[in-house]
Amino acid sequence: MPDITKHLQQQISEARNQGHKLAIVGGGSKQFMGRKINAVQLDVGGHTGIVDYQPLELVLTVRAGTPLSEIETALAEKNQMLSFEPPCFGDRSTIGGTLACNQSGPGRPWWNSVRDQVLGVNLINGKGEKLRFGGQVMKNVAGYDVSRTQAGAMGTLGVMTEISLKVLPRPAITMTLSREMEHSEAIRFMNARAAEPKPLSGACWLDGTLYLRLSGAHSAVEATAKHWDIPVMTDGDTFWRQLRNQQLDFFAGEQPLWRFSINSSAATPPLKGPWLLDWAGSQRWYRGDSEMATMEALAEKAGGQVSLYRGGNRTGEVMHHQQPALQTIQKRLKHSFDPDALFNPGRLYSWL
Amino acid sequence: MNTDSKPLNTAASKPGKTELAEMFRKFIDPQFVITDEETLKPYECDGLSMYCVMPLLVVLPETVEQVQQVMRLCHQFAIPVVARGAGTGLSAGAMPDAGGVVLSLAKFNRILHIDPLARSARLQSGVRNLAISEAAADYGLYYGPDPSSQIACTIGGNVGENSGGVHCLKYGLTTHNILSVEMVTVDGERVMIGSDGLDSCGMDLLALITGSEGLLGIITEVQVKLLPTQEIARVVMAGFGTVDEAGAAVGGIIAQGIIPAGLEMMDSHAIIAVEAFTGAGYPVEAAALLLCEVDGTKEEVQEHIEKAEALFRDFGATSIRTSKDDAERALLWKGRKNAFPAMGRISPDYYCMDGTIPRAHLGQVLNEMQDMSKRFGLRVANVFHAGDGNLHPLILFDANKEGELERAEAFGSDILELCVKVGGCITGEHGVGVEKIRQMPMQFTDPEIEQLNAVKSAFDPLGTLNPGKGVPTLRNCQEYRAINAKPQAPEVQHA
Ligand SMILES: Cc1cc2nc3c(=O)[nH]c(=O)nc-3n(C[C@H](O)[C@H](O)[C@H](O)COP(=O)(O)OP(=O)(O)OC[C@H]3O[C@@H](n4cnc5c(N)ncnc54)[C@H](O)[C@@H]3O)c2cc1C
Repeated sequence: MPDITKHLQQQISEARNQGHKLAIVGGGSKQFMGRKINAVQLDVGGHTGIVDYQPLELVLTVRAGTPLSEIETALAEKNQMLSFEPPCFGDRSTIGGTLACNQSGPGRPWWNSVRDQVLGVNLINGKGEKLRFGGQVMKNVAGYDVSRTQAGAMGTLGVMTEISLKVLPRPAITMTLSREMEHSEAIRFMNARAAEPKPLSGACWLDGTLYLRLSGAHSAVEATAKHWDIPVMTDGDTFWRQLRNQQLDFFAGEQPLWRFSINSSAATPPLKGPWLLDWAGSQRWYRGDSEMATMEALAEKAGGQVSLYRGGNRTGEVMHHQQPALQTIQKRLKHSFDPDALFNPGRLYSWL
Repeated sequence: MNTDSKPLNTAASKPGKTELAEMFRKFIDPQFVITDEETLKPYECDGLSMYCVMPLLVVLPETVEQVQQVMRLCHQFAIPVVARGAGTGLSAGAMPDAGGVVLSLAKFNRILHIDPLARSARLQSGVRNLAISEAAADYGLYYGPDPSSQIACTIGGNVGENSGGVHCLKYGLTTHNILSVEMVTVDGERVMIGSDGLDSCGMDLLALITGSEGLLGIITEVQVKLLPTQEIARVVMAGFGTVDEAGAAVGGIIAQGIIPAGLEMMDSHAIIAVEAFTGAGYPVEAAALLLCEVDGTKEEVQEHIEKAEALFRDFGATSIRTSKDDAERALLWKGRKNAFPAMGRISPDYYCMDGTIPRAHLGQVLNEMQDMSKRFGLRVANVFHAGDGNLHPLILFDANKEGELERAEAFGSDILELCVKVGGCITGEHGVGVEKIRQMPMQFTDPEIEQLNAVKSAFDPLGTLNPGKGVPTLRNCQEYRAINAKPQAPEVQHA
């Protein structure tokens, strides 16, 4: 696949000269996220390909438009994986979009997030300059950690062209345990299991049922299942895949979907409607209509933040508000990377 | 865009030392506003005593409100502020500014809250790294990142340097193990970055703060994640006849799908010095030694230890010893933990470098370093985190001998250049500070440096937080490039 970095730089210069704004699009699978914006598409989906993969180093470098499916196939051949288990919304979900939206799956509390596994990025800033931060090594404290700052910035700081990630060996086996359990008991139970030194790699609660995933060496997984004495679920893998890719019935339908990122052991906010508890309680999903301000107050009470993930009013704010001083810093940061505010204006916040 | 900064008093109205101290004494216990030479002296450097500068004065505030007031005052008069934890940093990151204030967080030493169910702890920034694990032990939990300086260094300093230790191959660096920080901005605002959740909305400022060497704000509180203490840990010690074999064995273990809790390597200079110092039972005839720790459930550790032993044999290990109990494990680690003091016994001075390389180049880099050693006429010993390619070459020299310090610095610079050449970086965990600022242009282009400086300005428009550290100015960059980034006599005084 050709390197289209120069072409992207050209498009950025043109936009700059003509006063256009640009909407960075990887595969477009996450168009539903963030705020609605009005801008000319800048397609990075054509910038694909694995640049370097060193299984012994546990390091992978890819162009940002590379589909997740392509990456996962290459890693599977070496018995490795993207440990953060990004959701794949369709075949064209790209690694750039995954990092920009900071998307991680059910294994995140144990195997880190996409943000945590990033080692370096190549980035084109709003002046059209090609910059490289971080690198391909695990430890690197030269300069500020600009690579990880891309996580969750939703493309407001520049166009990522290349990403280096730490990858991990696939666990020898995986087993799912499940049992019926009431909501608040499940919160306590998941957290208590997570505090034990056992090979836990997933903890979710939905519809009165608790699901625990064990991954690791055969002996360790089997001994833990026996020790905890919870029934083994057949076809647990399908459950986790559907959870990860948001294909469970819970995610279907038109009701707005809210994402709470809160203290894992906090009581669930008192809202009527369906809840899904993931990440041992640290990530909680809620379906229902409500006001942003109400939800924010509830999230803060639970020690965290909320975002309107899907549906609802996407012309208002959809991300948890920022303290005024942090808002100032983020505006200045945006300006430092993108002085003409070319990239995804207003996608993250109306003021950014 | 920097229009939000408050207008400044003119330089003419800048208070002198006495005046400033008086202002601070209005809201800080006077005994914690230090102005006399003798008491200031211990603050003139951090763990890298080659670089020292006397500060104007030192303050030790006791509350966040006091920190805010210090920052407001200094901002008003554009006075430089350098945050200081325990001062164990090894890149002169906490070295004072001659015209500025050192803000010590030594009084911020309280563990505020441990939440065993959520597996987190909220700490004031001056809490010592080891104290966190000691306090969490009651709940079967511990704090993952374990710099060798953990008895002394503070969590605020760990955030400042994104510190890591032996366990970071498996459990990550500081950046992977913190949830939030409370920070006072350069103009005295108290802000909360991050939350109790695993991620937060907006730009990931927590990532920028971590490893920012006190250049972006003063950290007053840190909330860390705690991990369950593993059931068991065992360590395999393997001696090899060549560094290449040991280097290959490091890749081999990863290829087996095993992520060791720690994977450390020593070369023969280090083995000999350490064995003489600790008597841990290291194979002194080996050219390289690996210490490979595996932790987890009893079953998993048994399985992985057997695999590791077999693998080291296949890679040509000449001796193998596996710990049977925690006492033997501690003994095997004793040498590694005492490596620095051991060097102090065989050489009057040593200079500890800190670069990271892709693991595949371990053998090549270690061999090239031995060639450089001959060229510079200085011995170099290696003790390092092999699992993540983080090298700590110890250059041995005698500061009392004419020119040896300068040779040691030039040798160090060449090592860092080699690290960058093979795809690595100039600092893995000690930071850039003052020490490696000349090497920044080896790793970054001018536009990249300009972007980094712009990031700094977003937090600190006047550039008064820890000035002269971390990122060079573009003008300095050009000078450093022109002199091929070789260390010149620094402007600061040599101890
Ligand atoms: C023997 C020895 C072994 C070491 N081993 C390791 C190791 O294994 N791994 C490793 O990573 N490092 C190691 N170090 C280096 C050092 O201990 C770490 O970098 C440590 O994190 C520094 O903590 P400190 O509290 O001493 O910080 P200081 O040295 O006081 O400060 C370090 C930097 O952080 C800034 N800073 C400190 N506190 C704050 C705050 N509250 N807010 C904002 N900025 C702040 C300072 O301005 C400075 O730039 C070692 C040092 C020694 C002497």
